[in-house]
Amino acid sequence: MALDGNAIGGLLLEIFGSDMTSAEATCATCGAVRPVADTMVYLRGPGTVVRCCNCASVLIVVTRVRGLSCVDLSGIAALEVNPRR
Amino acid sequence: MTSPVSRGFHRLNRPAGAEAGKLPPGQHVTTDFPVLSAGPTPHIPLQEWTFSIRRGGETLRSWSWPEVQDMPAETVTVDIHCVTRWSKLGTEWRGVPVRALLDQVEHDAQYVLAFSDGGYTTNLPVKDVRGGQAWLAFDYDGQPLAPEHGGPARLLVPHLYFWKSAKWVRGLELLDHDQPGFWENYGYNNYGDPWREQRYAGD
Amino acid sequence: MAGTAVRGRLSWQVATVAAVTEETGSVSTIVLDLPDWPGHQAGQHLDVRVTAEDGYSAERSYSIASADGEPVAITVERLEDGEVSPYLTQELRPGDQMEVRGPIGNWFTWGPHDGGPLLLIAGGSGVVPLRAILRHRQRSGSTVPARLLYSSRSIQDVIYRNELNQYRGNAEVRYTLTRSQPPGWGGFAGRVDDAMLARIAWPAGQRPLAFICGPTPFVEAVAELLVARHYPESRVKTERFGGA
Repeated sequence: MALDGNAIGGLLLEIFGSDMTSAEATCATCGAVRPVADTMVYLRGPGTVVRCCNCASVLIVVTRVRGLSCVDLSGIAALEVNPRR
Repeated sequence: MTSPVSRGFHRLNRPAGAEAGKLPPGQHVTTDFPVLSAGPTPHIPLQEWTFSIRRGGETLRSWSWPEVQDMPAETVTVDIHCVTRWSKLGTEWRGVPVRALLDQVEHDAQYVLAFSDGGYTTNLPVKDVRGGQAWLAFDYDGQPLAPEHGGPARLLVPHLYFWKSAKWVRGLELLDHDQPGFWENYGYNNYGDPWREQRYAGD
Repeated sequence: MAGTAVRGRLSWQVATVAAVTEETGSVSTIVLDLPDWPGHQAGQHLDVRVTAEDGYSAERSYSIASADGEPVAITVERLEDGEVSPYLTQELRPGDQMEVRGPIGNWFTWGPHDGGPLLLIAGGSGVVPLRAILRHRQRSGSTVPARLLYSSRSIQDVIYRNELNQYRGNAEVRYTLTRSQPPGWGGFAGRVDDAMLARIAWPAGQRPLAFICGPTPFVEAVAELLVARHYPESRVKTERFGGA
């Protein structure tokens, strides 16, 4: 079952060192711009998969390989951490 | 910092004593059937469903749902092992051996890349899907395979970690050289033998 | 002060259980003693890590049920096949320890400066962060009009009922019970639908701010209904809960 980016707030906090849920992500596939909180998140598999809620393309994949977090952000074209509200 | 012990907390599924001998290293037995996905559950009408064998962008052979249902199927009981460390013993599936599909195509490919609705892929050596140990499975536990578990049909390759048993499978791409699929690209092992604990690349 | 705040966010802190209170037959509120807590915004959550004697650990996220300035509390629903929630709701005692990371999530938050009017829509245990928003609103003396529409299966499943029934004036709580209603029930019945929203949702022209929290199918259905009522997507904030 899909959750949203709120569910990985802690994971992203650990990886980026700051809260990323309100960071705005631009999908590299369809160009949609949404806060990270507003993405589809698939947890509990071999890794965490974050998908664009507009086109379902993969934005971010986080795997934990031998205790180290590996983050792939290639599905994101841009990530704006402090967007103007 | 050492984590303090939370008094009274223990894992839900304790490693089973009696079955311990049957389990690959690092696994524990579960009695439920966790649903793990990398994306939304696809829904494809059976009249549009096909299973194809492709090579170099060309479809060599394709089967419709009724054509697959007409093929001799087997019921098998197998143990399955997920890389997230749960194992489920004695699961019953019904499906068509992959060998029966692959044998209808002339090829000399060494590897396949299974591909699924929703874009998931996983790679396997041809000998691992031909040797009587892989099925195109459409029934689980005597019932049609539920969508969240990969229905209408998934790959079933129980001798490897379960991420190789691609849900919502729609075909096999024949490859000359091994090519990493979805999880393999993100650091998981190209082969994935649970008995040698090949979880990650380099294991 | 800033140094303390950063350390609190990035690392796990040890939390000691101060109290465990039963809210309903399957839901309990746990008050935690967190000496290094940097404060939090209403709507945020925290991550909990519990560790067994053999070193096995499990992590879960829980919305913060309390407002800033109150002792940090989480409200946990016991899931039948859960691994952590049965432990937290049935075994945990004052004095027990766990680790906590947070607060987390600066998108699904509300403070008086965010304005309103506020429309809060809760499905089941999704009421937890929305209750924190209502508490924070009250503690801050905000007069932003607020309405909570709270969907539960039955009256026995309603969390914080006495507290929610206290809201008067321009903070209003309405309930819908989807599976069974007690005799003489005067609230809504059935799933949240457009007819129900027509009676409770602020008109889009008032530029309301909506927060929806609950299981994924609930959140998505309600969000779609609000967007159909011309709520701009940017003013509909959602948080999906899932089983653990």
